[in-house]
Amino acid sequence: MRIFDPHIHMSSRTTDDYEAMAAAGVQALVEPAFWLGQPRTSVDSFVDYFDALVGWERFRASQFGIAHHCTIALNPKEANDPRCTPVLDLLPRYLAKDGVVAVGEVGFDSMTEDEEKAFSHQLELAKEFALPALVHTPHRDKLAGTRRTLDLVDAAGIEPGMVVVDHLNEVTVDVVDEAGAWMGFSIYPDTKMDPDRMVAILQRRGLDRVLVNSAADWGKSDPLRTRATGEAMLAAGFTEDDVDRVLWRNPVEFFGQSGRLLLDVPEAEQGATFAGNSLLRGER
Amino acid sequence: MNESLLAERCAEIAADHTRIRTRFPAAAREIGRTPGTSPEPGAERVEDDVRVRLLVALRDGLAGEADALSAEVHDLYRFGDADERRAVLLGLGELGDAIGDRAVDLLHDALRTNDPRLVAAAMGTYAARLDPAAWRQAVLKCLFVGVPLRLVADLDRRADDELRRMVADYAGERRAAGREVPADALALLSEHAHPHTSRET
Ligand SMILES: [Zn+2]
Repeated sequence: MRIFDPHIHMSSRTTDDYEAMAAAGVQALVEPAFWLGQPRTSVDSFVDYFDALVGWERFRASQFGIAHHCTIALNPKEANDPRCTPVLDLLPRYLAKDGVVAVGEVGFDSMTEDEEKAFSHQLELAKEFALPALVHTPHRDKLAGTRRTLDLVDAAGIEPGMVVVDHLNEVTVDVVDEAGAWMGFSIYPDTKMDPDRMVAILQRRGLDRVLVNSAADWGKSDPLRTRATGEAMLAAGFTEDDVDRVLWRNPVEFFGQSGRLLLDVPEAEQGATFAGNSLLRGER
Repeated sequence: MNESLLAERCAEIAADHTRIRTRFPAAAREIGRTPGTSPEPGAERVEDDVRVRLLVALRDGLAGEADALSAEVHDLYRFGDADERRAVLLGLGELGDAIGDRAVDLLHDALRTNDPRLVAAAMGTYAARLDPAAWRQAVLKCLFVGVPLRLVADLDRRADDELRRMVADYAGERRAAGREVPADALALLSEHAHPHTSRET
């Protein structure tokens, strides 16, 4: 089973996690820029964090044969703190880099005006840099937040296929599906979504535009939930190819739209899956 | 590697040095890179060669303007990812005379990291500008983080008795812990009688 975890916060994890992930089949991942659990109070803290995402963390992952990518953004929580918002001006520096495969996590936390301002601004950046956007949906008032998210994406004139709306559940999946955006599911040990509920959603609506992630971070979470979901799919009668589609080809297809993946994708597969886009451009 | 595009980019930067700010980060995907990522220090990578060529173009475009060259190089490093920083460090050897000692702080920054690819890149010919104490610490760090000493420029000429004492202590510590002493460390110690060492002391 080859696994691409499209949402995991490795800077909060240990090398034991990297080792266990590699053993479980994880060969690539995306680490979205987010909150650290402890609020930041200055722009410089963001800069050091972003530097780690495009530097040290990439090295740590490479030691375990894992291709590390990241997304860069001002997260919705800290979009409410005027000490943090000037980081928006520094984002373009990072959005031009290899391995930076989306703008994210953007979106809503408490649905404030400041969050909406930062969100809209960053959707514009995604357009400008031709990058996908990774959107976090709030824990509280999730359905309303998801609807508002889709309105803003529409207003920004971004193609829905360039957007993944993450942390979905049974209640929020359909509005995102109808909008034509990608659907992200975070499989957690006891909240958000579990492997069996995930399988039920896949049985109901199919495998198209679905990304399954562990969203593991500094909280109670498990970087091997992606693998557990693959196994639950097999147990429910899905084929190995179905599992490969959800856990590998889908994230490669979505983030491949950035033209910034750092993967070795075999040429045959690359031709079949990514005809016409710039993945691994200039490598031969 | 797309040679003609590289030549075009070099000409562009030589004519307007500010262009390197966008061309340098994008160079790997636009001009050429070795597939995948590797934790190995000193690995030959196409994108490194490409970016060093861009730095040479920057040097030529800013001939006689050492401070401006230094400012541009510092920004490329400050806002660079690990690949870009490595290329800046590798390029310093080519910028040596033009930039003087102005970029020695970048070596110190790289040598503070634990990324062996950055540590290795900091130990090229430009490291001649590190003072003896910093240079010895850097060689010892190479042994600690697994940078092969063949990547250390001028090692034979610059290794002195003080470095050998430090490496001998390090070897002793390894043996006391029942751990293997890296072959590079042993080789350095066995060069004791080498005729052209100890120039620094
Ligand atoms: Zn997250």
